[in-house]
Amino acid sequence: MIVGERWHGRPARDCWGRGMARSKRTLNKKKETDDVKSNAPKADTRTAMDRVKLARHDDRPYTLDFVERLFEDFVEIHGDRRFADDPAIVCGFARFHGLPVVVVGHQKGRDTKQRGYRNFGMPKPEGYRKAMRAMKLADKFGRPILTFVDTPGAYPGIDAEERGQAEAIAYNLREMAKLKVPVIVTIIGEGGSGGALAIAVGDQVMMLENATYSVITPEGCAAILWKDSAQADQAAAGLRLTAQHLLKEGIVDRIIDEPAEGAHTDHDAAARFLDAALTRQLAEAVSLGQDERLSRRYSKLRKFGRWGMAAQ
Amino acid sequence: MPWFSKKNKRIESVPLEERVVKTENVFVKCDGCEEHLFQRELEEALQVCRHCGHHFRIGARERLEMLFDDGKYEELDAEVISIDPLEFVDTKPYPNRLQQAKQASGLPEAIINARGKVGEHLVFAGAMDMSFIGGSMGSAVGEKVTRLIEHALNEHAAVITFAASGGARMQEGTLSLMQMAKIAAALAQLEEKRLPFISVLTDPTTGGVTASFAMLGDVIIAEPKALIGFAGPRVIEQTIRQKLPKDFQRSEFLLEHGMLDAIVDRRELRDFITKTLNFMMNPEIRSELELERERRAAS
Ligand SMILES: [Zn+2]
Repeated sequence: MIVGERWHGRPARDCWGRGMARSKRTLNKKKETDDVKSNAPKADTRTAMDRVKLARHDDRPYTLDFVERLFEDFVEIHGDRRFADDPAIVCGFARFHGLPVVVVGHQKGRDTKQRGYRNFGMPKPEGYRKAMRAMKLADKFGRPILTFVDTPGAYPGIDAEERGQAEAIAYNLREMAKLKVPVIVTIIGEGGSGGALAIAVGDQVMMLENATYSVITPEGCAAILWKDSAQADQAAAGLRLTAQHLLKEGIVDRIIDEPAEGAHTDHDAAARFLDAALTRQLAEAVSLGQDERLSRRYSKLRKFGRWGMAAQ
Repeated sequence: MPWFSKKNKRIESVPLEERVVKTENVFVKCDGCEEHLFQRELEEALQVCRHCGHHFRIGARERLEMLFDDGKYEELDAEVISIDPLEFVDTKPYPNRLQQAKQASGLPEAIINARGKVGEHLVFAGAMDMSFIGGSMGSAVGEKVTRLIEHALNEHAAVITFAASGGARMQEGTLSLMQMAKIAAALAQLEEKRLPFISVLTDPTTGGVTASFAMLGDVIIAEPKALIGFAGPRVIEQTIRQKLPKDFQRSEFLLEHGMLDAIVDRRELRDFITKTLNFMMNPEIRSELELERERRAAS
């Protein structure tokens, strides 16, 4: 069933009829994607903890690695107009196959210096407020929003608490539900709890094959429930944080393939899989009218959860 | 027959710690000033120490009784209960934890939904309870808060929540996380209908509850000295590798940083809420909405 849900890279079609050029380059890309795919061995034997490690891999493609490969005319915008600019979240305007979009994503750093600068991809309130500012611009100018999720979590620090980390996240959750334009969310690495969710409320939620999405890190969960962080493997399995489980649960709509050994082995190939999936999801989202989109988004959110009914 | 006299006979249920205190002795030692207090006196003072103003933690049903006019309310959505969607087992299976929580707390879930009147305004209130798995929010809690908001939408009423929670319920994994988005989306609808949401933060309010509905109130009130935050103090200490200042993440700290509308003593809370509702429940808005609905139905 999972395999059936996947996108197998048909050539991009001009579905929203606004200059989505099917260049020769695009067609060549698709061919390569198919080649990569046919060589891919089955990755179903990976444990939850294997995926956690892949999602956190030092060489995994980050938001800007994908932006560089998938978008044209990227213009970064900075700051929340309230306090500061937060480099742990990047926002900007770009073109995706010719279509103007807003891009919002967590950003991790590659080397020691960059990691510090990006705060390991852990945003502070100003990061979430910048993200919302960018999304409201998208709403104002009628452009779709593409978000890329990759964070261990929102930053747990004194300054973040002082400036209202909880409020910043909560506000985004409510406001994202109201955005009139299409919102396509892709979890590309770590989906770390509320810090991930704050830019992950959308019409479509996709996940890279080895990405994770969890209410708490396996280590944190093990430390609290088992009082022993060595039980992280067991916690990872129990939390059902893999794309494969979340697809079955209906929290994720689609899984995006990665190169056989993981996205870190070939950023170009990973980007081609993402390109195909985004193209298809965006075409679908743009084809809907605004009222239909908002009511579908609401009923999708409304259905989340599994509870029981006690006999009265 | 008035709406409140039917089903609900307000089942008396008190959290375990207090149950022990009541039967064992008529005296209670205050955690704030170590004075000995008469249990009866303490109850009359809504579980607030008359010497130092320390607010004892209280249960969901006590909370609702303190809120509503004449202490009367109708319990709603009690049939919505937790199941074990992930078949989660840590040191014990999740269903066992649920069973124990029900027995220890006398509650069906970590939140109790209620319908009643406050200062004669129709109010749907949800009170959380720490004695049910640390007041954690799983699918059932998320569903109950969402239904609370939907009741208010249907009956053109106000929503009041009393948060008391350690955060999302880990045993339900990402499903718990999604409750934050679900409730926030329902609150967006409440906002659109210009209906009031008053959020009361009590000790403690942390994690996913803070980062969703608790911080989305039109007015956000905290009880004195309540622990309120996104990350728990221990997590922060581990991250920054230093001791936290003493008053960090307490109500007074949040008020100073602009995150709260007011810190209100429990003994004055009902009065504060009533005044706020008097301001917010505007009959003109209601008639505007009704006119609009009729116009839509006609066209
Ligand atoms: Zn005292």
